[in-house]
Amino acid sequence: MSEFLQQLVNGVTWGSVYALIALGYTMVYGILRLINFAHGDIYMLGAFFGFYAPGLIVVAGARAGEWLEGVHRALHGVPVLGPGVGRLAAALSAAGSMPNALEAVLVLVIAMVGCGLVGIIIERGAYKPVRGSSRLAALITAIGVSLLLENGGVLVFGPDPKFFPQIIPSSNIALGGGVTISNQQVIILVVSVLLMFALRFIVTRTRVGKAMQAVSHSHMAASLMGISVDRIITFTFVLGSMLAAAAGVLVALQNPKIEPYMGVMPGLKAFVAAVLGGIGNIPGAVLGGLVMGVAEVLVVGYVSPTYRDAIAFVLLIVILLVRPAGILGKAQAEKV
Amino acid sequence: MTGDVLLELDHVTIQFGGLKAVADLTLQIGRGELVGLIGPNGAGKTTVFNLVTGVYAPTVGRILFEGRPIQGMKPHAIARRGITRTFQNIRLFASRCCRDNVCIAAHQHARAGLADAVLRTRRFEDDERDIQRRAGELLEILGLSAWADTPAAELPYGQQRRLEIARALAGRPRLLLLDEPAAGLNPQESDQLMHLIEDIRQRFHLTILLIEHDMRVVMGICRRIAVLDYGVRIAEGTPGQIRTDPRVIEAYLGEEVHADLGAGG
Amino acid sequence: MRRTLWLAGVLVVLVALNVTLPQLLNPYLFQMVVLCGINVILAVSLNLVNGFTGQFSIGHAGFMALGAYGSAMFSLHVGQGWVAALEAAHVPGVVAQGFALLLALLLGGLLSALAGYLVGLPSLRLRGDYLAIVTLGFGEIIRVIITNVDAVGASRGLPGIPGWVNFFWVGLGVAAVIFLSLNLARSTHGRALFAIRDDEVAAEALGVDTTSYKVLAFVLGAFFAGVAGGLFAHYLSYLNPNSFTFLKSIEVIAMVVLGGLGSVSGAVLAAVVLTLLPEVLRPVKDYRMVLYSFMLIVLMITRPQGLLGNRELSLAWLTRRRRRAGAPSA
Repeated sequence: MSEFLQQLVNGVTWGSVYALIALGYTMVYGILRLINFAHGDIYMLGAFFGFYAPGLIVVAGARAGEWLEGVHRALHGVPVLGPGVGRLAAALSAAGSMPNALEAVLVLVIAMVGCGLVGIIIERGAYKPVRGSSRLAALITAIGVSLLLENGGVLVFGPDPKFFPQIIPSSNIALGGGVTISNQQVIILVVSVLLMFALRFIVTRTRVGKAMQAVSHSHMAASLMGISVDRIITFTFVLGSMLAAAAGVLVALQNPKIEPYMGVMPGLKAFVAAVLGGIGNIPGAVLGGLVMGVAEVLVVGYVSPTYRDAIAFVLLIVILLVRPAGILGKAQAEKV
Repeated sequence: MTGDVLLELDHVTIQFGGLKAVADLTLQIGRGELVGLIGPNGAGKTTVFNLVTGVYAPTVGRILFEGRPIQGMKPHAIARRGITRTFQNIRLFASRCCRDNVCIAAHQHARAGLADAVLRTRRFEDDERDIQRRAGELLEILGLSAWADTPAAELPYGQQRRLEIARALAGRPRLLLLDEPAAGLNPQESDQLMHLIEDIRQRFHLTILLIEHDMRVVMGICRRIAVLDYGVRIAEGTPGQIRTDPRVIEAYLGEEVHADLGAGG
Repeated sequence: MRRTLWLAGVLVVLVALNVTLPQLLNPYLFQMVVLCGINVILAVSLNLVNGFTGQFSIGHAGFMALGAYGSAMFSLHVGQGWVAALEAAHVPGVVAQGFALLLALLLGGLLSALAGYLVGLPSLRLRGDYLAIVTLGFGEIIRVIITNVDAVGASRGLPGIPGWVNFFWVGLGVAAVIFLSLNLARSTHGRALFAIRDDEVAAEALGVDTTSYKVLAFVLGAFFAGVAGGLFAHYLSYLNPNSFTFLKSIEVIAMVVLGGLGSVSGAVLAAVVLTLLPEVLRPVKDYRMVLYSFMLIVLMITRPQGLLGNRELSLAWLTRRRRRAGAPSA
């Protein structure tokens, strides 16, 4: 029994990662009816941006520190401001040795911002031009972008796997009954939940979020209401990419091995999770992600590890045959 | 209502969630009739068409064609029984030429199978010749011969509407459902359409059910009119009766059509 | 009579080429010709589904894999034995092998066709993108299964498949799939497929059994993908599941899209171009895939209808140009 609970804990943790990625798929599909094949590769980029982030922090900190030190010297003798700038300069120069928690947060933010930018580039560069074309054309463009990111990654990062720095050293916390959870898993869960709540807040309580909902119902009607459909679409991509990036960093904190093709399988599985929950439906993506995570862990634990990847497709086939709209989805009828 | 009933809707209701798009509708169309189906926007007229052609299955009730129930049958099977239609929003096969559009509709009467087609047997050649000939005839009757090889998407609007009708005829239907065929046509074109509809009705021994908002067309060619409002049949009768029926006038109250109804000659 | 003449003519040409080509081309070029042929069969067969009928099938590699492994297993366990027996009875080697190969190809094709039916029937009523995902999933499941079954070599691969394929058989496969596609296109059944692509609702309303036709296209496409797989297996004499990944499916899709969805000659042209292109790009091997993906994106943005769009390459087009250039018209 305790093993089962342990599996559940692992499953829910993995599930929240899938949920984060699935949210991006579902939002983009809801707004564009496009399956963004490249989304899994954004997850990969998040991990890589996170990988290079600490180095970036050190270098940036050193440069900023130097420059500010110059300012400090110029302000010599000025009360309050002078010493203040001096302390800031010193702190920046020593950026490499900041406390772990702070560095982790910074790494996460950098990865998220980086991938947000990538999301904008992809959307504006590749998807916007084909928005008027057929669905197959858009699908192929998405596949092309995915391949570009993967192979571009091999070219830029090199094909050998890299190892994500252990910013947060691992330690286990006993939950009782023989079940343990690692601090990394806790972080994954906490950060995921926070991000999901943040997303929910944005979508339901802010003007931008309501505009997103409007656009997902009808581009035409939304634009007639004065909503800039283009901007909202870009914003949706940015949000989705940021969530995928976060997932990448969180996973890398726990499983440090990263390589350019690491996004393929998680991306595919997260997509299945989105379909499972009802594609276009945000709570559905979360539900689907959890179901996927738990199912996968249980299959690996109780059936066989070799069928780990296959379970995703089995779930996919089942849901599409039984209830294509997904668990929380509503079937859309075509007006004749 | 003469003896031979071709189409019968028997207490048909269709419910979408909480909304009854068509409520307890009973309607009979006799063989050879030209019946109009009118009503304000959203009254459920196209839904009736969709029910008859099998796009929807009724929640309650039966639909009988030539005495046999057809509710719940798939659209292509109902087309094979002899009911074809045109669409409110033109649904032509845009990339295909006019001739092909009509040929496709004759598909159900093709005798040659797949093997015949691939191996180009005698049966296929004969079949194909028949299909092409009939398509040519229909295009001729509908005045579309000049556009036979033009992709349907490139046709002027009026000709597109005619092509939809030509297509519907290619299936050799006994019942033809026309969904707003005069939409977007100017008065001359509407006049031509009226003559065309009457012409094909006689030539092909058709029974026609017509949805239309253009009252001139409806009053001009329909012998009998049924009026729907909010999914319910509120009146039925000759054009003269419908024109002066207070319930009908009230249903249309506020719409421009009211003036046409009151005046009309 | 005309038809049998045509058939005889094609066979003669194929036999002639079969004899001469190996003399004329070095082994590398010959291999290119064979691979082009196999890819042509894949592209034209996928064109039936994605091009004619407008469906989103992106798991073609799975059908190819089934045909490849199916035919290979048959040849290894049954076919080879029969050939040996026939040769012992003084049947010429070419005939015996040809017979066994034909049988193996047909069986592989039928296995794929059956899979196509089982996958297609429930899935083809789904919306476009969903069908894409199901076919993608199917392709991946096949690959995972093959990788986990020892009897077919799992991830080590399946060696020792009799190498009975020569140019004649590849050419025959190409001729068959093109012949079928062109004749289908210009028939009432082909028209039905195109109608489904343009407007499925209208097609259904006019008497076309859309579900049956979609499944038909799917099954035909799968059959020929299986045949292509069989040819592939019996040419390389070795199979590895890594040849049948999603990437392979994408390559075939790229061919169909580049050629123009619905155009048979377009698919042929594009298949040849895209088979030769990676070889031409060999010097820039590292950049090959990056360039390839760039090409896909640029193609979709600039010319989504592909090279030939909806049309076929035809002699009529050439003669029309000559007439316009000033030659007296007929």
